[in-house]
Amino acid sequence: MTVPFFELRGVKKHFRSKSTFAQRLLAATGQAPPPPVLRAVDGVDLSVMRGEVLGLVGESGCGKSTLARIATGISAASAGDVVYDGRPVVQLRGKERLDFLLKVQMVFQDPYASLNPRMQVHRIVGEALRVHRLLPKNEIDAAVDKALTEVGLDLAYRNRYPHQFSGGQRQRIGIARALAVNPDFLVCDEPVSALDVSIQAQVINLFMDVRERRGLTYLFVSHDLGIVRHISDRVAIMYLGRIVEIGPASAVFDKPAHPYSAALIAASPSAARRKRDFQPLKGELPSPLAPPTGCPFHPRCEHAMSKCREVRPVLQEIAPGRSAACHLHTSDNA
Amino acid sequence: MTLPLLEVRGLKTVFHDLAGAWPAVDGVDLLVHPGEILGLVGESGSGKSVTGFSLVQLIDPPGEVVSGDVLFKGEDLRSASEERLRSLRGDRIAMIFQDPLMTLNPVLSIGEQMCEAIQEHRNCSRQDALKEASRALSRVGISSPEARLKQFPHEFSGGMRQRVAIATALLNEPDLIIADEPTTALDVTIQSQILFEVQKLSRETGTAVIWITHDLAVVAELADRVAVMYAGRIVETGTVDDVLDRPRHPYTVGLLGSSAASASPGERLKQINGAAPSISARPSGCPFRPRCERALAVCEQIDPSPQILDGHGYRCHNPVPEGSAL
Amino acid sequence: MSLSKSVAPVVAANADTPLRTKVLRRIRSRPTTRGAVILLGVFVLLAVLAPLIAPQNPHDLASLSVMDNRLEPGSRGMTGITYWLGTDAQGRDMLSAILYGLRTSLLVGLLSSAGALAIGIAAGLFAAQFGGAVDAAIMRVVDFMLGFPSILIALVLLASIGRGVDKVIIAIILVQWAQYARLMRAAALVERRKEYIEAAVNFGLPTPHIMLAHLLPNSVGSVLVVTTINIAGAITLEATLSFLGVGVPVTQPSLGLLIANGFEFLLSGEYWIAAFPGIALVLLIMSLNLVGDRLRRSFNVRT
Repeated sequence: MTVPFFELRGVKKHFRSKSTFAQRLLAATGQAPPPPVLRAVDGVDLSVMRGEVLGLVGESGCGKSTLARIATGISAASAGDVVYDGRPVVQLRGKERLDFLLKVQMVFQDPYASLNPRMQVHRIVGEALRVHRLLPKNEIDAAVDKALTEVGLDLAYRNRYPHQFSGGQRQRIGIARALAVNPDFLVCDEPVSALDVSIQAQVINLFMDVRERRGLTYLFVSHDLGIVRHISDRVAIMYLGRIVEIGPASAVFDKPAHPYSAALIAASPSAARRKRDFQPLKGELPSPLAPPTGCPFHPRCEHAMSKCREVRPVLQEIAPGRSAACHLHTSDNA
Repeated sequence: MTLPLLEVRGLKTVFHDLAGAWPAVDGVDLLVHPGEILGLVGESGSGKSVTGFSLVQLIDPPGEVVSGDVLFKGEDLRSASEERLRSLRGDRIAMIFQDPLMTLNPVLSIGEQMCEAIQEHRNCSRQDALKEASRALSRVGISSPEARLKQFPHEFSGGMRQRVAIATALLNEPDLIIADEPTTALDVTIQSQILFEVQKLSRETGTAVIWITHDLAVVAELADRVAVMYAGRIVETGTVDDVLDRPRHPYTVGLLGSSAASASPGERLKQINGAAPSISARPSGCPFRPRCERALAVCEQIDPSPQILDGHGYRCHNPVPEGSAL
Repeated sequence: MSLSKSVAPVVAANADTPLRTKVLRRIRSRPTTRGAVILLGVFVLLAVLAPLIAPQNPHDLASLSVMDNRLEPGSRGMTGITYWLGTDAQGRDMLSAILYGLRTSLLVGLLSSAGALAIGIAAGLFAAQFGGAVDAAIMRVVDFMLGFPSILIALVLLASIGRGVDKVIIAIILVQWAQYARLMRAAALVERRKEYIEAAVNFGLPTPHIMLAHLLPNSVGSVLVVTTINIAGAITLEATLSFLGVGVPVTQPSLGLLIANGFEFLLSGEYWIAAFPGIALVLLIMSLNLVGDRLRRSFNVRT
């Protein structure tokens, strides 16, 4: 087995809700419970192989966007390690840390908020090159133009401001900005969910072209199962801050092992199904402030057993390259 | 054939600005029968939402419905008084929006709002109204409805709120529900719960639904018929099977091809190039022509008129041949 | 329960027009605002050109004739010049005094607002960028400053450091910076959550660069918009302080000091000494407020 070039090891991100001075005083004297902790990401292990596309799927609030920001170094994990090329990122300093930041680039969800509205396109795309002096001054323009051409933007637009572009074009600018620093890993956080269907297809095609041309690796975060299935080699499914299933995309989509994956796949609409009788998943996503005991999915699961209410299942291999966190698949299941 | 519940002919809604009047809805014809679910599909700026608002005359300046007929059970809504429209809305015609907070009042409890909605259109005691409200909540799958009635909108999650909005819309057993992207902001598992409730109610009470969405897949699973909108007009309409399996308009074909489900994993998607024209910069002739691979010289001059064959209609000079694979 | 009656108009032509153009267009389309802009322009012009157009240099005691004291508007003086707005107790031409007073008032207003703006922007930006203890420290000071009436703080300060144009400016800066800081912090906090800031972090760009190139230009707008109104506030505060006798020195009278000087003669019927500077001050403040309020509404800034 080859060594993964990017790894998350036991990554957690906990947010403590801000307490007032009075609350802190009461907590310190034992008069009130400490403020609740939001476990946005609660122990995630994930390895990414060079050149693959790993899809990360989950519903809103499951922690997938937080995980993407930890992977790119935008925010720090509360616990656990981000390992890039065999080295924990926390140990990197100065030039080495900058190298990691630039090699692992992010493509954002909101084409309106992800570009500085007061910068011209060529300045947005060339900013990192210019500020970090990655290229001599006279070569920056050419590099910017190359990135813009690669994402299919007319060079005549290089002096325009973001508000003069449509959503799809802005997303292309965001991709050009990431490509300008020659990354080898792109973390895409819902990169097409804000776009119209016909524009989505253009951007998905662009992602696939760029990947082929540059041999990039992707972590593709999305709630849209159709798109993830289309673009991913492997897929990980997240629920309440944890990965509940991971495996080759075709295997997971055709025969999901975790009941949540199955429910998610059944619920996502498909143009091939007609006038179907909907079989809704019962209940709501529990609050991550107070996750259920045992398996966090058990209150909504039709296969829930008494064990599921007490013991939290761990992610374990159920077939070569496939893992699931479910008691249905634990070996000592009686 | 039964009398149509809603008949729309040549509906045109414009938005005025300093430079002129721009048609957001440009000659839309629609037919909805009792108990039928019609999917109104389009991308942003296609005029699908404005169409929904125009049907119930909820267009504020700078917008204006300038022409066309909207016949609801034979009654012309365009000439109806504001009073008559108000009594129809929320009673015979209900609306559900993408943002449920558009219809829910943040400072009133759910129970109070639902009672108000009932008592506005019917003479009944508060006790009976409350009973009915709690029945409506349990019908959309909300547990312990009595307790829920005392709560305020902010105490509900997004999906729950949308269900409350739907329950409220259904209180007076309307004949028609106009739903504008009600599940777009929700997760798929919640969406499927709501689709389930809507489908059940439509089947049980014979309520007709106009489901406005950008998502062809949702329409495929939910609707009986579908109308595809582009640049303010309906470019293709028919039964779901006709339009999705045997599309004739190049835009419908492109939209279906853009969906990731249409190609095998890793394959390039059949994208439509370019972007939809803005409302003030629509091209002459067929508005889809600049993005169309099948455009002919005539498409530049003449806006194609609707062709209808066996209930399957499209507006195109050079339709995709029938039976050609997607 | 009623349906709120609204639909979002999607007129793309509007979305393409830059905000600045839209605001300029709206200002021009309103007669009141247009009038206020013209009036303000005239005031600034008069203040700048005062030494050239004033009939007399009111600071030059040699050119004053004490014999001409307290003359009515329109009367002719000993030296042959006509005092269109009358003279004060020292025989000073009121028109000239007002033109020079306008200079002082505007100078104090502009300089103190510029100073308060600079300090406020820097403080708000730091508070928003660094958060935590830095934010808490800065904002506690801001709360403290805003907790007292501004006139009180200025009075106490001037009473201890003495009067003078420079000292009045310092006092007003001290009073006003906190408002800018609070606004700037609020705007910068909103911007800081946006994805383009995350992108900048992702590129490992240095924090000072992120603050200056990204955060500042995108959050300073609302602060600049309220500056016009705050200039009016600064001028009013200066006038009040001068009226109370702790503001600018008698050698460099502002409109407020002119009013104070004429105040004692009001009851004896010599209204012009106080009334004309008063009218000038009211018109100046009104034009600033009208323009400022229109700007604030056009940019939809809440103070």
